[in-house]
Amino acid sequence: MSITDSAQTETRTPVLQAKRLVKTFGHVVGLDGVSLELYAGEVLAIIGDNGAGKSTLIKCLTGAEIPDEGEILLGGKPVNFKRPQDAREAGIETVYQSLAVSPALDVASNLYLGREERKKGLLGSVFRIMDTKGMRQRARAELNELGISTLQDVAIAVENLSGGQRQAVAVARAAAFGSKVVVLDEPTAALGVRESQQVLELVKRLRENGVPVILISHNMPHVFEVADRIHIQRLGKRAATITPQSHSMTDAVAIMTGAATV
Amino acid sequence: MSQQATTGIDPVPTSQLDLAQEFIRRRTPMSVIRGALHRYPAISPAVVLLIAIVVFGAINDRFLAPANLSLITQQVAVIGTLGVAQTLVILTAGIDLSVGAIMVFVSMVMGQLSASRGFPAWLALLIGLAAGLAAGGVNGLLVTRLKLPPFIVTLGTLSIFTALTLLVSSGTTIQGNQMPDVVTWTGDTFRILGVDITYGVVLMLALYVIVAFILGRTAWGRHVYAVGDDLEAARLTGIRVNALLLSVYIAAGAILALGAWVQIGRSFAASPNAGADVNLDSITAVVIGGTSLFGGRGTIWGTLLGALIVGVFRNGLALAGLDVLYQTLAVGVLVIVAVAIDQWIRRARK
Repeated sequence: MSITDSAQTETRTPVLQAKRLVKTFGHVVGLDGVSLELYAGEVLAIIGDNGAGKSTLIKCLTGAEIPDEGEILLGGKPVNFKRPQDAREAGIETVYQSLAVSPALDVASNLYLGREERKKGLLGSVFRIMDTKGMRQRARAELNELGISTLQDVAIAVENLSGGQRQAVAVARAAAFGSKVVVLDEPTAALGVRESQQVLELVKRLRENGVPVILISHNMPHVFEVADRIHIQRLGKRAATITPQSHSMTDAVAIMTGAATV
Repeated sequence: MSQQATTGIDPVPTSQLDLAQEFIRRRTPMSVIRGALHRYPAISPAVVLLIAIVVFGAINDRFLAPANLSLITQQVAVIGTLGVAQTLVILTAGIDLSVGAIMVFVSMVMGQLSASRGFPAWLALLIGLAAGLAAGGVNGLLVTRLKLPPFIVTLGTLSIFTALTLLVSSGTTIQGNQMPDVVTWTGDTFRILGVDITYGVVLMLALYVIVAFILGRTAWGRHVYAVGDDLEAARLTGIRVNALLLSVYIAAGAILALGAWVQIGRSFAASPNAGADVNLDSITAVVIGGTSLFGGRGTIWGTLLGALIVGVFRNGLALAGLDVLYQTLAVGVLVIVAVAIDQWIRRARK
């Protein structure tokens, strides 16, 4: 294998690890024995050209696809995700490119969508009443925790927010509820300069809070700004894992396109 | 190479961006109104209803007479009840064209069992409720299992339940005096502030209170909105979309069974021909009430206002001595105006 890197000499147990994943679609080989390690408190970027297997890799890690071969370890324990819900329940939260937020619902409702909390006592157990006030308070606390200062009003409908704020809501939802890993799929693709910057700050904040992040992005400056390590996919394989310190952007692009090997 | 040089992005001064955003968000009186309507979609029907009451009251002093107010509430009871079921379905971005057919079918089941077959009243009502649940379940299963559009499913079941109604009833109307008192109880009245109110109206109002509570305060209610708002997003957040949709159609079926009971009391008969107009009138009430046909937006109270508007317009125009055709015309105009307003509000939020 062509992985030679200082980061690979880590002795810690990865939070999330993929070992020699293989996934084929008919004759097309999506993943050809890809390994990946994500350590506590780091941002791991995954880059690669179209068709390099980025998406397939992420889908396998988040339960959207089931790998043909290889294994996935979460906290050192093997896991078998059959559906995205399984990965989610295990603590792997994904922010999809489409964001999966409900525009007409308010910020707090979106944060708690699908896992609403009920009031204590008979009101909650018999009458199924939601603890709206409590959820709003906790939503506010969660947003403060992430340093999302632009979202003070958690009762505002998401459709009234800017693109960056919506992304922040989606990221906050993924980071809340004690998730172990947050996967961000092209979080800055649809955003302007300043909003992208806000999202990148958010990614850094997640890392500070000890949540490891997998970031899929086409945007090299963004990747080099926030990533601790960069996993480069090429032709269904891991071409290299580099760091922003060890390689330049030009190097990364060269590895991505096969002009250079590590 | 330094990091800044490689990114090639010049930092834009924050003050300039703030200025730009300020410009984009600048408010005009129109945009303020639009924003308010967007947030509280029940405002416009409430205003229309108030104006209509004042105008019709001024035109004809009989309009506000207790006997006439009583009549309006009774006319609204059936449409209002069906409107609740219709609202639930429309909030999920569906539509139910079979509400009238199911209601009539259930009313014939209740009528036949209690009159001709000699079932005790409570059992006839209970079997009617079961029939309503089953009918709603059929719609829900077709929508979620066969993945057919609700419009097509309920267009089909509209015919099917109409046919079943004729099968059950042999086309004959059962008069109120043939049925036990309990079955026609929804037509009985009590007097409040000089206005005769039927128990059917009370049932309808209770239903609004309960459903408003469920929609606003429970996770199920929130999921109804989420599914109608963006089905795929709801699925990705882990909501079991199909189970939710099925439960909505079944709940609608139960509400329609209640509507059947109200209908029997209202007309003091179980008639296979009672449901001709109620399908479209229920949709009209929902739409006038500010609920979006695209789902995810609207309130149950808006539907009550919508049903009242339809009732008040029909009644007021009749009292003003105008031909029935003008009532129909007015309702048609109301629907188009209501949908136009909804579109206008939505355009504000691209």
